[in-house]
Amino acid sequence: MSKLLRFFLGIILVSAVLFYALAELNSSQGYSGKNTLTIYNWGDYIDTDLIKRFEKETGIKVIYETFDSNEAMLTKIEQGGTTYDIAVPSEYMIDKMRKENLLIPLDHSKLPNLKNIDPRFMDLPFDEDNKYSVPYFWGTVGIVYNPKMLNGKKITSWNDLWDPDLRNKILLVDGAREIMGMGLNSLGYSLNDTNHAHLQEAKRKLDTLTPNIKAIVGDEIRLLLQNEEASIGIVWSGVASEIMSENEDLEYVVPKEGSNLWFDNMVIPKTAKNKEAALKFMNFMLDPKVAAQNAEYVNYSSPNKKALAYMPKKTVNDERFYPSPKLTDKLEVYENLGKKNLAYYNELFLEFKMHRK
Amino acid sequence: MNNKVTRNLYLFPYALWIVLFVVAPLLLVLYYSFFDIEGHFSLVNYKTFFTPVYLKMTLSSFWYAFLITVIALIVSYPTAYLLTKTKHKQLWLLLIIVPSWINLLLKAYAFLGIFGTKGIANSFLEAVGIGAKQILFTDFSFVFVSVYIFIPFMILPIFNSLNELNPTLLDAANDLGASRWITFRRVIFPLTIDGVKAGCQVVFIPALSLFMLTRLIAGNRVITLGTAIEQQFLVTRDWGMGSTIAVFLILIMFLIISLTGNRKRGV
Repeated sequence: MSKLLRFFLGIILVSAVLFYALAELNSSQGYSGKNTLTIYNWGDYIDTDLIKRFEKETGIKVIYETFDSNEAMLTKIEQGGTTYDIAVPSEYMIDKMRKENLLIPLDHSKLPNLKNIDPRFMDLPFDEDNKYSVPYFWGTVGIVYNPKMLNGKKITSWNDLWDPDLRNKILLVDGAREIMGMGLNSLGYSLNDTNHAHLQEAKRKLDTLTPNIKAIVGDEIRLLLQNEEASIGIVWSGVASEIMSENEDLEYVVPKEGSNLWFDNMVIPKTAKNKEAALKFMNFMLDPKVAAQNAEYVNYSSPNKKALAYMPKKTVNDERFYPSPKLTDKLEVYENLGKKNLAYYNELFLEFKMHRK
Repeated sequence: MNNKVTRNLYLFPYALWIVLFVVAPLLLVLYYSFFDIEGHFSLVNYKTFFTPVYLKMTLSSFWYAFLITVIALIVSYPTAYLLTKTKHKQLWLLLIIVPSWINLLLKAYAFLGIFGTKGIANSFLEAVGIGAKQILFTDFSFVFVSVYIFIPFMILPIFNSLNELNPTLLDAANDLGASRWITFRRVIFPLTIDGVKAGCQVVFIPALSLFMLTRLIAGNRVITLGTAIEQQFLVTRDWGMGSTIAVFLILIMFLIISLTGNRKRGV
């Protein structure tokens, strides 16, 4: 018995020491109460050197956490367990969060650098007058492919993917809206279509693509394409640009039937504890030089007009990643379709995944 | 009397734990399963579960879990048997268990490299003259990696029951003229059946709800109930449907445990 007692006492003692050490460590690094900023961002979506610089310049300690889908982020913010001060949702999610009163309006007087943003990316329908959000990155959804592995074949449209020669060559990203959108676009429908007959038709069309699909994967799609595991991938433009900088053979195209144009903006969710620091961080990220450095690291397209001057001409003039307004006008932005329609999209996507070769 | 009070006192933390962390979550899952996506009370989720999509998914989850369990058993039983015959059995056992300390994701990513088009497995196949094959994102790779991950959990209970086997029983069987096969079939296996049952439970039940591997190793070509629950909760945010699938999964697990349970003789 006394042996058991000593054992438990030992465990309690060790826990106490560890707890104390952790508290000491945190406070010695400045992680205490008012002086921290908790950022909730997509994975691999910021140059971490910039976080260090921000900490050095302001003395604010940054706690950085990541998510891999807008929905996962929403779930955590709704539950309110962690006090996130900044989050980076996409446009349709901003619209949804704004309507559900999950966002705090921004004080524009604290964001002088907002003037650096290209007016083209300001005052968009999902957040009029940028009351709640500040542009972070933008881009498209398209096809990245390796012409070398396809004997010089060129891909310009979604329908090119249904070519029987492409058997087992395509990787899809695991996103219901992206893939259902691809099906809808290939049939000439809008990617915000909620007509069940159209969606069913799109799902049936996607089923016929199954023999050409190698896998439906998440973030590991970068690694797989870079290592030439497959020759075609349906990805976001930034993923394409990132892997193209590693593997020069690759090519990116926004299909001619149309595709998705998206925006990721910074917001302050209702959970925020340190609004001042959040605004400071936003303003810091809007600085042209900072934005340029971040864009070069992340490889997505920056909405910061002034920042483009600090970036290589080759990047900024690349129509594939910085398409002109004339081209983006043809693309569609995701609308917030509501829970029920979204569930239907997901249901069909699940059925499509279960469709066997 | 006094004895009874102290016993109840000792029982209290246990009961509290069970109520808070076992009974309450189960009831919550059941409760959520009665709400549709818009938060209205309804049985629509149960109706949805009995559509071909989910029934097919349930069947395929069962099929893969069954395959994984059977293959893991076929590999583990002889391994556990050999382990009991080795000199430093605890050391060998440790070596088999150590990989289970490594994070599942890390192991899955390692297999992405090994099974890739240019991975070790394909280089080997080419060197042997078979030629490169599509290994990753197939049923084979999914079952292989799952079996690899579950093997330590199968070996451990079987090893324990084999280790506790009284060697004099084997001598007796031998003396009475039983061949080695008969000894195994009539003596060793029946006496270690509890270990086998425990191992199968520990493998089959988690295998039913595997979800990370279905994406990483099988490229979403295999959809299990676990994948569906993950999608309902994290992507669709339809907690009702997610809970309904979980309710069925829990029912299935209870059924399996009661069917394979260790009923003591005379009880």
